[in-house]
Amino acid sequence: MRIDNIRQLGIKELRSLTRDPIMMGLILFAFTVAIYSGATAIPESLNKAPISIVDEDQSPLSARIVDTFYPPHFLPPVMITQAEMDTRMDAGLDTFALNIPPGFQRDLLAGRQPTIQLNVDATRMSQAFSGSGYIQSMLSSEVAEFVQRYRETAASPVDLELRARFNPSLTQTWFGALMELINNITMLAIVLTGAALIREREHGTIEHLLVMPVTPFEIMTSKVWSMGLVVLVASAFALVFVVQGLLAVPIEGSLALFLVGTALHLFATTSMGIFLGTIARSMPQFGLLLMLVLLPLEMLSGGVTPRESMPAFVQAVMQVAPTTHFVSLAQAILCRGAGLDVVWPQCITLTLIGAAFFGITLLRFRKTIGMMG
Amino acid sequence: MINAESAPQSIAATVKTPPVASLHDVSLRYGKTLALDAITLDLPARQMVGLIGPDGVGKSSLFALIAGARVIQTGQIKVLAGNMAEARHRKSICPRIAYMPQGLGKNLYATLSVFENIDFFGRLFSQDSGERQRRIEDLLLSTGLSPFRDRQAGKLSGGMKQKLGLCCALIHDPDLLILDEPTTGVDPLSRRQFWELIERIRTGQPGMSVLVATAYMEEAARFDWLVAMDGGRVLTTGTPDQLLEYTASDTLEAAFIALLPEEKRAGHRAIHIPPRETDGEEIAIEAKDLTMRFGDFTAVDRVSFRIARGEIFGFLGSNGCGKTTTMKMLTGLLTASEGEAWLFGQTINPKDLDIRRRVGYMTQSFSLYSELSVEQNLILHARLFSVPAEQIPDRVDEMARRFGLTEIMAALPDSLPLGQRQRLSLAVAMIHQPEMLILDEPTSGVDPIARDAFWQMLIDLARHDRVTIFISTHFMNEAERCDRISLMHAGQVLVSDTPAALMQKRGTTTLGEAFIGYLEDAAPEDKTPEPSMNSASEELSLPAHAKTAPYKKIGFDLRRLFSYSRREALELQRDPIRATLALLGSVILMFIMGYGITLDVEDLSFAVLDRDQTSTSRDYTLNLAGSRYFSQHAPITDYAALDRRMRAGEISLALEIPPGFARDLGRGTPVAIGAWIDGAMPQRAETIQGYVRGMHAHWLAEMAARKLGQSRSAGLITIETRFRYNPDVKSLVAMVPAVIPLLLLMIPAMLTALSVVREKELGSIVNLYVTPVTRVEFLLGKQLPYIGLAMVNFLFMALLAVTVFGVPMKGNFFTLSVAALLYVTSATAMGLLFSTFVRSQIAAIFGTAVLTMLPAVQFCGMTSPVSALEGLGRIIGKVYPTTYFLVIVRGTFSKGLGFAELQASFIPLILAVPLLTGLCVLLLRKQER
Repeated sequence: MRIDNIRQLGIKELRSLTRDPIMMGLILFAFTVAIYSGATAIPESLNKAPISIVDEDQSPLSARIVDTFYPPHFLPPVMITQAEMDTRMDAGLDTFALNIPPGFQRDLLAGRQPTIQLNVDATRMSQAFSGSGYIQSMLSSEVAEFVQRYRETAASPVDLELRARFNPSLTQTWFGALMELINNITMLAIVLTGAALIREREHGTIEHLLVMPVTPFEIMTSKVWSMGLVVLVASAFALVFVVQGLLAVPIEGSLALFLVGTALHLFATTSMGIFLGTIARSMPQFGLLLMLVLLPLEMLSGGVTPRESMPAFVQAVMQVAPTTHFVSLAQAILCRGAGLDVVWPQCITLTLIGAAFFGITLLRFRKTIGMMG
Repeated sequence: MINAESAPQSIAATVKTPPVASLHDVSLRYGKTLALDAITLDLPARQMVGLIGPDGVGKSSLFALIAGARVIQTGQIKVLAGNMAEARHRKSICPRIAYMPQGLGKNLYATLSVFENIDFFGRLFSQDSGERQRRIEDLLLSTGLSPFRDRQAGKLSGGMKQKLGLCCALIHDPDLLILDEPTTGVDPLSRRQFWELIERIRTGQPGMSVLVATAYMEEAARFDWLVAMDGGRVLTTGTPDQLLEYTASDTLEAAFIALLPEEKRAGHRAIHIPPRETDGEEIAIEAKDLTMRFGDFTAVDRVSFRIARGEIFGFLGSNGCGKTTTMKMLTGLLTASEGEAWLFGQTINPKDLDIRRRVGYMTQSFSLYSELSVEQNLILHARLFSVPAEQIPDRVDEMARRFGLTEIMAALPDSLPLGQRQRLSLAVAMIHQPEMLILDEPTSGVDPIARDAFWQMLIDLARHDRVTIFISTHFMNEAERCDRISLMHAGQVLVSDTPAALMQKRGTTTLGEAFIGYLEDAAPEDKTPEPSMNSASEELSLPAHAKTAPYKKIGFDLRRLFSYSRREALELQRDPIRATLALLGSVILMFIMGYGITLDVEDLSFAVLDRDQTSTSRDYTLNLAGSRYFSQHAPITDYAALDRRMRAGEISLALEIPPGFARDLGRGTPVAIGAWIDGAMPQRAETIQGYVRGMHAHWLAEMAARKLGQSRSAGLITIETRFRYNPDVKSLVAMVPAVIPLLLLMIPAMLTALSVVREKELGSIVNLYVTPVTRVEFLLGKQLPYIGLAMVNFLFMALLAVTVFGVPMKGNFFTLSVAALLYVTSATAMGLLFSTFVRSQIAAIFGTAVLTMLPAVQFCGMTSPVSALEGLGRIIGKVYPTTYFLVIVRGTFSKGLGFAELQASFIPLILAVPLLTGLCVLLLRKQER
């Protein structure tokens, strides 16, 4: 009987959702267009970097150096004068400005170790940081090659063989698509349950449910399963058709295992959505609360920047966020092909977090809903 | 003048002055539902015209059309001698019309005080402060609301809300007053006061035409002229006496029933109440000293009663007197502060599900799932009440038949008129055949025939099936049908007895008068200070100078604009949680993002598979472990461990030092160190690559230096890298200013989007439709407070950036502030733009979040410049204002630039403001469709 209540109420939730065309449209958008554009628009960290060059040497070597900057890593370099450099950088036109001094080639060949100046707009962050290193190594090798034609240089005694695992060419699209998917899973799970609860409160229907032979546990469970199912189906669809199909991102691990992990994550996030729904008293309040919760959940989970680089305090606080564990689970399964033997701790943690949110909300449920009227 | 087959049209020919409104062949459809069916009608001016008929017959639609709130679909409507299809005419006459929509306080603002509500409307009609002050005082005095001028509208009783609505409608001396069911759901004392008030106003302003819709037939008797409607058509028109005469009835209620088409009348019969057999007196409901306190407010004060099984027990009282709270305590929704109650002899326990199966409950608000069809609602409730599956179809059919829902089984509740929705609500409450029904005002707004049918059913249930019925109502004739009634006021039960005994005690002939008598005894302080007829008419006829120019401005008017701004600001102020979130939200988020998002990759975990195990190989490892970029984990033992640990994400870098590394190095034999990097996060992987390469080169140089005593700088050239604007290459310095544009977009956009969509959902948007406020005034008015709020946010964030995060402000702060002002104007306009095409608040939140966060974070140059983007992202980045504001923020914060250097970025920001506002104005509708 109780199971039947949960089933019936869940079906009601699903029916309600299908009657809301805008919500349906947004779900569709979030799992198709948003993922696609999110994945393709994130450039490789060094993609079309704008660079300008002040060539005061005008030698064959300086010409060679200019020629090494070409798309996709760089935009074709703009040749400028020393005077223009500052204004261009101020206006944000260039991320890099390379200054080749007069007599550069001559000094180099004479072994006088000339200085080449690289100006970096450090407010450009990722492009600035990774690009400067890249340019330095490009310059070094270009110069070395040039010099080798004129004199011998000693070969490096120890070679360094660098190999990137799981994503050999370090394609940003792979990462971008998966992170977008993960973020949208979290967002939808919270929005669908939380906002639907507030709407039910505003319409008085939840109160009506509470006087029927239905327990808060059944009401909450029905919301968890139905909205979780919607997001689960949508994410499976997005993973297969958008991520694997359209974007051709190879999935290393087991799709089924990922969906199991997603289901656990959805248990936690839908519970969280209901929890927020009991805290907020009106829809606008919920909207603001959502922003305050969702942003840190997404930005500090390790899905955007590596967790180990965050302050210890942030790392500790984020241990209670389901996204932290879901991101590490998703990366392990989807990118690194990990199996259950690797991700079981995350699965357990997600279940515990979900149970905690569910339990706390269950305790609050009747009290807060009753106070509404 | 009305549809041809309607016989008694001759009785109506008393119209001498030109009609105030005339309709010709007007039809209106909502989707497939035909709400008005080819109506042709002239409404006489300077009279009190009543539209009578149950809900859902088209009264409200007709009024919305006449008021200009709704777009005319077919037919012609002339109001005040002009065509309502023309926007110019609507604009010029809307200051002469006052429209009070259906629903208690629907066009009022719950968090604003009585005075502020009226003041808001006064400003909308461009009245200056002296005029407003005088008019408001007059209106408050004559409506008896003066003692409550500072009370919030949401905390008024239903009767007072309607009086306030009337004040708001009368603030601009309308020539045509349209009242759509003004007394539905209001207690009898307030109702009487309301009509007396209207009477006085009309005495004071004989030129005013009044259109009233009502479902209370007894009220209609006092109107001058009536239009009886049914099924989107006009049944007949005429004075009340003419209608009574024509139908040979005693009461209008009977007259109306007589006017209905034969097939509708078929089911109706007079109510028959068999006497109640009082055997054993089994007590079904008992309450003892029930008390409920909310804070220091006592909603229910020591209420006690006993209701026998099979009894119909009525609860009468004005709105807000504690009826609903008492019922909620009985159902277990609220836990009583003091006292006890028993259902069927058992203490109320919210966890006891079995009790609930025996109780049916129906609330004032229709507790229906608006997204489920009528049939689905019924089936769902049957299932939840564990009606056996095989019985459900029959039960649903039976309910549908009883409550006349058969034809609308597939409809959605929201598309149904009030009355039908309430019938559905009843059906839902009865579907599990409960032993006890708790009905909270179940019949307000339901037409007389259905009401009688419903009561007949209640009586049958009580008498035959011995169902106990606990009902609250405003209808006196319904109260008379109860076995016993309790009169409630201000949380206390005044008196409890049979209706006859009550009338006898008070010595009155009607229960209504008895009730009013008890109310007046109980609350002398609440008694409206009734002004004498004379003074009232003087006040309400408003001196001539006020009448001269009631509508001054047709074009753009700052006062109307500020009226909306003021109201929005007040509402925000009254909602401390929303205001705090809006103010501090961005600060909190700034902390999170400033500290959380760092692009400085540090403490990367790595482990070594050292197959050499010499001092040289250990030295190589130490070279990495010693830097702040890497932190070493337990050594790797074999390839399997390496694979496992990398898959688990435990280490992001694994080094393999081959056997014989030291030996080969010493001999000068080429040797290679393997490095595996976790590529799951490409950006991190690239950083690691860079670091490893650098460390490797460093180590080699050290080696060489130690071995050969060479100078360490053995390079061919020196590359002097200058990190400009952020010499320490700290991501905080780069990140913090970049966060400001993101937060200044998201929160203000969401707030404005919600502010408009909220009005759509709550119904107060109707004030845009029927008052002279223009779309530009409405939009800008709503936008202004949020621009102010966003600017405060901006100042907070700038201050935080400089003080807490220690990001120096190198450039011109004034330049930045001007840019911020332009930017938040665009941001709030974007919120308004989203609001024009979403209907629900949920969609507004979700849509705004997606449409602001994704582009602002990814496409606007926060991490990589727009020029480096491709495809759709690049196009979005080019047109999104965030891109340009970001350049200005970075320019002023980090680069020390001023307006001169940044003017190129100002141009798009300046252009965005009129562009976005213009789009909003184009997309926003001034009439409902």
